[in-house]
Amino acid sequence: MTTQPLIVAKNLKGGYPTKTVWENVNFSIGRGEFVAVLGPNGSGKTTLLRLLLGLAQPLDGTLSIFGKSPQRGNPRIGYVPQRHPIDSETGIEALQLVRLGLDGNRWGMGIGNKGAKEAFEALRIVGAEELAHRPLGVLSGGELQRIFLAEALIGKPDLLLLDEPLANLDMRREANFVELINNVVRSQNVTVLLIAHNINPLLPVLDRVIYVANGRITDGKPSEVLTSKSLTDLYNIPIEVLKDSHGRIAIVGMDEPPEHHIHE
Amino acid sequence: MNSVTFSFNILSDLQVMWQYDFMRHAFEAGTIVAIIAGIIGYFIVLRRSSFAAHALSHIGFAGAAGAVLLGVNPIVGLLVFTSGGGIVMATLGRKAASRDVQIGTVLAFMLGLGVLFISLYSGYATEAYSLLFGEILGISSTDVIVTLVAAIILLAVVAIAYRPLLFTSLDEDVAEAKGISIFWIGVIFMLLIAVATSIAVQVVGVLLIFALMVTPAAVAQQIARRPLQGMLISVTIALLATWFGLFVSFYIPYPVSFFITTATFAVYLFVRLWQGAGTGAKN
Repeated sequence: MTTQPLIVAKNLKGGYPTKTVWENVNFSIGRGEFVAVLGPNGSGKTTLLRLLLGLAQPLDGTLSIFGKSPQRGNPRIGYVPQRHPIDSETGIEALQLVRLGLDGNRWGMGIGNKGAKEAFEALRIVGAEELAHRPLGVLSGGELQRIFLAEALIGKPDLLLLDEPLANLDMRREANFVELINNVVRSQNVTVLLIAHNINPLLPVLDRVIYVANGRITDGKPSEVLTSKSLTDLYNIPIEVLKDSHGRIAIVGMDEPPEHHIHE
Repeated sequence: MNSVTFSFNILSDLQVMWQYDFMRHAFEAGTIVAIIAGIIGYFIVLRRSSFAAHALSHIGFAGAAGAVLLGVNPIVGLLVFTSGGGIVMATLGRKAASRDVQIGTVLAFMLGLGVLFISLYSGYATEAYSLLFGEILGISSTDVIVTLVAAIILLAVVAIAYRPLLFTSLDEDVAEAKGISIFWIGVIFMLLIAVATSIAVQVVGVLLIFALMVTPAAVAQQIARRPLQGMLISVTIALLATWFGLFVSFYIPYPVSFFITTATFAVYLFVRLWQGAGTGAKN
């Protein structure tokens, strides 16, 4: 791990002009770290990603990424948003979408085979070469996640922002996908910020946890953050972190379970 | 027209047809419009904006009818109203463009407005008829030139905005994060539809615009794996249908629009059944 941190937040305040979502946030993330962003629905996890992408501005404080303030269209960031709608009648092959990740923001037609080699390389990294010529409309949720990941990786980013990539995957695919991302982090020296609901499939590979709740954010090693004491401090209500014999954890609120927020 | 008879030598048939100015102009304008409709249509289907396109053509009807009433060329009214409508829709955003009830309400009002303008104008029936269903056999050489110029501008804009247009159509959130302005691409796209619709109305009219702008592209969308291939298929279907319609209507005195819409519908049906049979066999 290098000395220079990749992302630094100082007294950061995030939200909309009319509503603060969280404030007084301080953290720093180093190169090559695998970070999970946890917290209940509506706590402001996506707000954090939008700030990093330059799609929203901090209400207060500073956020720096690669030593500068975030800017939209930064080629060093790969992004996989939540809820990626693909029309089931779309006949366009996966390779074409992956290529757009490289130069889709440029003007002109980009005629020729430029980008095809890079697209195949990105598909190889995510183990989806055989999906290159399949129509997007027929791919399963797990297959699409790999394609989106390849689309984000094609520009060789230093930072990957993944918004709930594990949603809609069954347990086996979830585990495979976590392993895949972990391989990318370790082999390409990429930093990953991954928003997740369920911490358990990530526990064996995580370097750090950012926990967003109750208008505040706490961060640290999973063993530091995911404790009854730290979460009780964060939520300001009694929270218990329970562990089973396999090391899997469950987070239980004593009054109102924080994980039981209604899905939108 | 009925004095000429069909021979099985297509080339000599075409030579006979093209001796008539109105047939030559119809083929010229029809060819240009089919190419444009095929290309813009591909993006319309990809962005799932077909209802917005349909609505724009109806908004254009009010504009064209108003122009007729004022004694201006209908294409001017079409362009002004469709562009205005397109910019409003783009400003409301892509999510607004898929609100069928609101759009449907506006388009019904626009049709009503068009009917009023037409009835205020003395030449009522024929003008309304040609706006609603197209009047490709009445195209002048000036119309052909206007169509050609509009088409060249459209193609140039598509070529320049091609990748951002494709990227926002397929993956809007990532495109936005990559620095593309979703708003401006939306405006450009709506203006493309507006101009394409305005020139296509000459061939198939307001009510049948779907047949040229959406149906061929819907077929292409399903069978093509690459965007350029998709546009090629969509253009080919639109071209063949238009030529077929013009050719047949030279011998059979039914409306050209009927033959064109029937041809694209037949292709659509065939591909659907064929695709359906394919998936059925796989399962």
